[in-house]
Amino acid sequence: MENFTPYSALIGGCLIGLSAALLLFFNGRVAGISGIIVDSFSAEIENRYWRAFFLIGLMFSAAIMNTFFPVAPVTYSRNMLLVIVSGILVGYGTRLGNGCTSGHAVCGLARFSLRSAVATLTFMSTAILTTYIMRYILEY
Amino acid sequence: MTKNTASFICGILFGLGLTISQMSNPDKVLAFLDIAGNWDLSLMLVMFGALTTLSVAQYFILKRPKPVCDSQFHLPKKRGLIDIKLILGAMIFGVGWGLVGYCPGSALAALSDGKREPFIFTIALGIGMMLFSRFHNKK
Repeated sequence: MENFTPYSALIGGCLIGLSAALLLFFNGRVAGISGIIVDSFSAEIENRYWRAFFLIGLMFSAAIMNTFFPVAPVTYSRNMLLVIVSGILVGYGTRLGNGCTSGHAVCGLARFSLRSAVATLTFMSTAILTTYIMRYILEY
Repeated sequence: MTKNTASFICGILFGLGLTISQMSNPDKVLAFLDIAGNWDLSLMLVMFGALTTLSVAQYFILKRPKPVCDSQFHLPKKRGLIDIKLILGAMIFGVGWGLVGYCPGSALAALSDGKREPFIFTIALGIGMMLFSRFHNKK
């Protein structure tokens, strides 16, 4: 497990938790990214702004980090067709299932929501199975 | 503090969390999902850090009558319906996530690398979300 990075993982995780806590404290909202993306386009106009600001903040800080303090080089060499199929599935699935990793696996689980626990177990196991099939059966 | 300032700061923290923990790197996510390979448990620790921080903070926050910038908390129902939509949606998301390693938040964070791949993923993500509206919401 030489690729295991426990400290940066814990620090990053705490920052994500702090972000979700502050969003709840100030705005009374849940930090589910897929929901924020959708509603930044579809909520009533006055409810779109805070969502847009959240997404801009997220992209802004990631841009600063990726540009000035890159943690590790990232490879971008995946098959484009696969990337497109994956994006469509993630977009469709998170809407049908009402949440993604942040909404269910962080905010939902922190509230001990049974619904989010079921969703998290389902997408984790499906994703693990998919990765297994891709890597060891299709040998992609 | 206004709602917009607050959420901008929250977005900044979220983006920092994703990039510091490398969860915006799909290879790092796949290293967790690939339990048969050189298993990297980092994602578990990210979740552990986030869940601990949030659940403790939330315990105190929810004792307040209302959030600072709004008249009420907007929380999903705790005992929400567990139905076929939830399971099927989570399965479809899981397949997509396992194929490449991006989830919506990590893709937005990775966008700023200026590479084609996260950009294409984000557009496809939007298309997937719109397809859903087309089939389910428009009645």
